[in-house]
Parts: sequence; structure tokens; C-alpha cells
Amino acid sequence: MEMKTFKIGGIHPADNKFSANVAIETLRQLPSRVVIPLSQHIGAPATPIVGKGDKVKVGTLIAKSSGFVSANIHSSVSGTVVKIDNFEDAFGVRKPAIEIEVEGDEWEETIDKNAKIDRTFNLSSEEIIEKITEAGIVGMGGATFPTQVKLMPPAGKKADTLIINAVECEPYLTSDHRLMLEKGKEIMIGIQLLMKATKVNRVIIGIESNKPDAIELMTTLSSRTMSVEVCPLKLKYPQGSEKQLIVATTGRELPSGQLPIDVGVIVQNVGTAYAVFEAIVKNKPLVERVVTVTGKSLKQTKNLLVRVGTPMQFVLDSVGGLPIDTGKVVAGGPMMGKAVSNLNAPVTKGTSGILVMNNKESKREEMENCIRCGKCVEVCCMGLQPYLMMKLAEKAMWKEAEEEAIYDCLECGSCSYICPSHRPLLDYVRFGKSKVMQIRRERNLKE
Amino acid sequence: MNIIVISTLILAAIGIVSATVLYYASQKFKVEEDPRVDEVEAALPGANCGGCGFPGCRGFADACVKSDTLEGKLCPVGGGAVMSKIATILGLEVVEENPKVAVVRCGGSCENRSRTNVYDGAKSCAIATSLYAGETGCSYGCLGLGDCVEACTFGALSINSQTMLPEVNEEKCTACGACVKACPKNVIELRKKGPKSRRIYVSCINKDKGGITRKACSVGCIGCLKCQKVCAFDAIIVENNIAYIDYTKCRLCRKCVDECPTNAIVALNFPIRKVATETTNIEHLNS
Repeated sequence: MEMKTFKIGGIHPADNKFSANVAIETLRQLPSRVVIPLSQHIGAPATPIVGKGDKVKVGTLIAKSSGFVSANIHSSVSGTVVKIDNFEDAFGVRKPAIEIEVEGDEWEETIDKNAKIDRTFNLSSEEIIEKITEAGIVGMGGATFPTQVKLMPPAGKKADTLIINAVECEPYLTSDHRLMLEKGKEIMIGIQLLMKATKVNRVIIGIESNKPDAIELMTTLSSRTMSVEVCPLKLKYPQGSEKQLIVATTGRELPSGQLPIDVGVIVQNVGTAYAVFEAIVKNKPLVERVVTVTGKSLKQTKNLLVRVGTPMQFVLDSVGGLPIDTGKVVAGGPMMGKAVSNLNAPVTKGTSGILVMNNKESKREEMENCIRCGKCVEVCCMGLQPYLMMKLAEKAMWKEAEEEAIYDCLECGSCSYICPSHRPLLDYVRFGKSKVMQIRRERNLKE
Repeated sequence: MNIIVISTLILAAIGIVSATVLYYASQKFKVEEDPRVDEVEAALPGANCGGCGFPGCRGFADACVKSDTLEGKLCPVGGGAVMSKIATILGLEVVEENPKVAVVRCGGSCENRSRTNVYDGAKSCAIATSLYAGETGCSYGCLGLGDCVEACTFGALSINSQTMLPEVNEEKCTACGACVKACPKNVIELRKKGPKSRRIYVSCINKDKGGITRKACSVGCIGCLKCQKVCAFDAIIVENNIAYIDYTKCRLCRKCVDECPTNAIVALNFPIRKVATETTNIEHLNS
């Protein structure tokens, strides 16, 4: 059978999914202190509602959503609030966060810690969305867009399809894969809840073909419900990007500058579906997530269920610490993740993986001249010309860069990956994109 | 033979006709321009750097001719000499503008500010800034990737290979401000050149609290307020954990330089005092 995929561009990096057969393990040991950032999502940072000295439990609301695009934040540990201050994040930038000293492990009484699934819930669409908002759920794929915003389409727009993103096209990462294998039933309930919330009656679960066990399991589980369909996808990066996934599964092209809802689609990550299940059935806010801890030089790779706020160093120590030949530690996957400059920074809602790259892997080759081979143009899944956009960004020619639709770039990094001259294409394009977006915002404000 | 004669005649005829047409056209569509614009332009250095705030030297000349006063207008490249020439051409009074020079407000050399990580991305300060806080514990200071050097059209800036910080060549610097615009961290400032090029400034812009700054860099301003207290001329303001010396009020007494516990205040081009005092590293390197 010819498998579906997106139409233009794409690359085939080695997938290196070492931890695909390692069951999810809970990181039982807790750090002595956790730092929970107030901005773990796209949008306005949350406003703290606790003060120094306050006692909190696991699941206590500690910061409230401060706008339409924002999310609640809950304590992931029980203990005392020590400080509300600016703390260095993974990239060395100081951002507001709440520091909590851990004392014991007491959970809020409302959270159901029982593994048994109670299927008797009868909630309306609004009630489901309200509970999702309360639980502070954000897109678990890494983009961390507040989930409730996506579930409430603007007036006049209606979704007919819900796509569950279980592609996990990033090499190394296996958290979604393991979650599907171990929490398949729970995910299916989460999907049904999302269907109810969005009033959509067609669901497509997109899974890449390198996870045959997950495809099989999800197909079996969904065979009971007519409206859910599992769509195996051909292995190609960046299949898990929203636009690419929509084209691959539904054939609908998303025009430049439009949102999935404009073509009647809502995309949610499979991890988000699980978080929705936990929030509604178990009454448990988003306080922990599965993090793939992986790397070629690591003694053991793991899929760990980690509390939000746990320092990355602590997580790495639990797998035997950093190997001597460590070159870089990346938060997220190797393609779209960012190198971490401060290992004391906490795991957040969006940390899908902690990847340890060895010296050899992480070393950047010396940049050489562009030989006009056109490979970057060939692999660009948005049909852009990365070599040209890099030059334009270098020369600060923003008007021309805008004409080249630099804002359409989704920063997948395929161009930098394929370039035989090792040119830092993405570095420049991303910079150019942010500049052009800023110019556009300013222009929109003026008008 | 005949062909040569005919073609010569035809060409000559075309030439004469065209010349006549062009002559009448130039008379009819003549643009009246103040001849002084050309004179002023000739007096300007012709670097077209845009440091004056006008589009090139002709733009500046045009603006000078059109306005009644030279106040607020300064060719940073030519300085006072050129401005007085322009004043004579236009019959206006020279308005004395203090010459300025670029100063790098960061003393975070490799020695003073230890590296906590290694950046291997694109060689551009602007890109590095957009990615993360930098290679050291200080998220405010110079990144040393040389966007300012790229921006300088006069070759006045260079990265010192020992300190990895940019250095300003005072002879070449025209205070055009290109480096100030290019620096994403706003490390560079244009300051009054001062008598005999002597000037005092705080060589740090770190807004973190004292403890954090001190941990990251040995010559960072920790906002201890000592300089503010010792200054007799109210020239120093400490705001957001960082001291700033107002160069219009500073009388170059150097009390603050002696007082600063971290040597974050730099005194440039002063003669060495008889009493042996500790000089900062930066002072050494810059003078």
C-alpha cells in the first residue's frame, strides 16, 4: 500500500530511536528544590497567586493564566514556596519562576491516583474546555500553545476534522511512541473528550511507519469507534509539522498565513490527548510529562515521567550523569531542539526530550561558500529558497526577504541538515524571519 | 572613399541636431539649485557615512544650505574644522558641538568573565542574541562576535584577540553611530570625547543584582552606590543595579574610579598618577 505523506521537500535523517523499546519509568526520586517557570507556554506569562512561605501540594494552582493566550501553572511537588524571582532558564535568560522546597510527596485530595479508568463522565463541550483550561494543558509536542485556545475556534469558523499528531518525526524522541503503547486506552478516551469538546466527528491519528506496534495498537483500539481512523504515514521529516501533517492526512493545503481552523482542521498532539484524559477523568492538572532522555554516548536511554520544574541535571544524573565526551545537551529533538547552556534549568511542559550529543555529533563543520546546488530548495517543505533568504538576512534586506515569504519558514532545519557546504542557513533564516515578523507587526499597528 | 565622406557627414549632422535638442532641453528643464550646495559638498569629507543623520554628504550639504542655522548639525567625520568651513561658506555662525567617540561599555574579557559554554552558531552577535544569553554568566555584556566591526566603515573597531572585546581606535572613530545601531546588546555608546580625550565611564551594563553580576564577571558594576555617594557633581545615577555617569556633568575628578570596588569605572587617557594606584586591565589595554 502506498503510504501517505506531504508533497514537497523533506529529508530522511537517521532516526536513532534507541529508547523505543524502553518502558516509561517514573522518576521517583524528587529533587530538593524545583523551579517552576511562569512562562512555559506561548503567550502571556501566568500571574503567581502564592507567596513566599506558602505550603503547596502536588496539583495546587500556583499561577493563574493572565490572558486569552496563557495557561495555568500548578505545583508539581509538595512543599514550601521559597522564592518568586527571576531564574536562569535553559538558555541563560532570566525569567520569572517560582521556587519550591520539596517536603514529602503529598497530592491534592481531588486528584484520583487510582489506575482504574472510570468511564462514566457526562460533561458538555464547554465543561470539558473549562477543565482543560483549569488544568493548564498546553501543546505537548513542544510548541506549548495553550490547548483551550485551539479548541475554541473564532466565530464563523468550524472544524470538521480532528487530527491527532502522533508522528514524532524528530529523530531520537520516543515519548509519544511509548505513551501510545502503554496508555493507548487512556489516549482514546482523551481523543473522545477532545471530539466532544470540539464537536467534531471525524478523527485521524497520524503515525509514522517506523512505529508499526503503535499503528497496530491504535488501529485495534479505534476499531470500536467508527469515526476514528489511524493513518500510517511514510517516514519523512518534518511530517509532524502541523501544515505538513494536514496535507499528508487530509490532502488539504494550508495557504500562507492561515491557521488549521481555516481549512476546518484542529491538530492536537497525542501527548495532549493523554493530558486531557488525566485532567478530566483523573482530575489531575499538567504537572508531569514523559521526557525521552537519550544520546549515543549515554549508558542507558530512558523514557522518564518527570515532574515539571525538575532540573535537567537531576534528570541526567538519574541515568548515570553526563558522559565525558558530551558536546551539547539539547532540549527537544536534534532537528528543532535548542542547545541548553544552563543544565540547572528545569524541565518544562514543553520538554519532550533531553538529548545528549557527543563531541563528534555536535561539532559544526566549517562553513564554505554556497555552490548553488539547490539542495536546500529541494528539501524545503514550504517551497522556499533558503540559500537566498540567508543572503538577504545577512545583508539586512528585509523587504526582499518578506517578498521571498521568509515568514512561512517553520524552522525545521532541513536546509541546514542537507547543505553540503555546512552553511548555517537556518540560523540566518530564523533571524531574518523574526526581523520580518517584527516589521510586519509594527506596520499592522500603524495601519 | 565616397562612403567614408557620406557617413562622416551623416554622423556630424546627427551630432549637431542632438546637441541642439539637448541644449534647448537643458535650458527649458533647468533645475535651479543653490550653487552653495556644491561648495558645501566639496568642503565635506565625502565619506557618505550617514553619521550626520542625513542621506549622504550631499543630503547634509543641502540641509545646511536650506536651514538658517547650523545648530544641531555636525559632520562627525570632519568635526569642528569642516563645520567652521561650512559656516564661512554660508555666512552662518558656528555652533560648537562637542566631538564624540564610541566607547565599549563592557570589561568582560576572557580573564574577567569566565566562559560557561561554547557558542558555535553563525558568527553574528544579532543571531547569537536571538538564540540565548551568551557564552558567559552575564547576559548583558559583549558577545565578541564583531557585528560592530562589520558595521564600521572607517576601520575604527577591531576585536582584541586577547580580551575578545572590541576596541575603538580614537583617531579613526568619527562617532557616526553605526556600531551603536549594530550592537544588539547596546554595549556601545557615543560619549563626549573630553579634553585631551580624557573621559570616565562605567564599563558595564549588567542590570542583574550585585551578587549575580559578581559571580559572572570580576569587573561588573554591582550597583553598590559607592560612586554615587562620592561624586561631588551629581554626575552618577545608579538605576536598575547599574551606575551611569552623565558626561555633561562629570568633571573628571576620578574619585569614583578610586572608589569602585570592582574596577568597573574606567578612566581613559589620564597621565599616570605619581602615587601608585591599581589600574584596571581595560585602561591598560585601551591606552
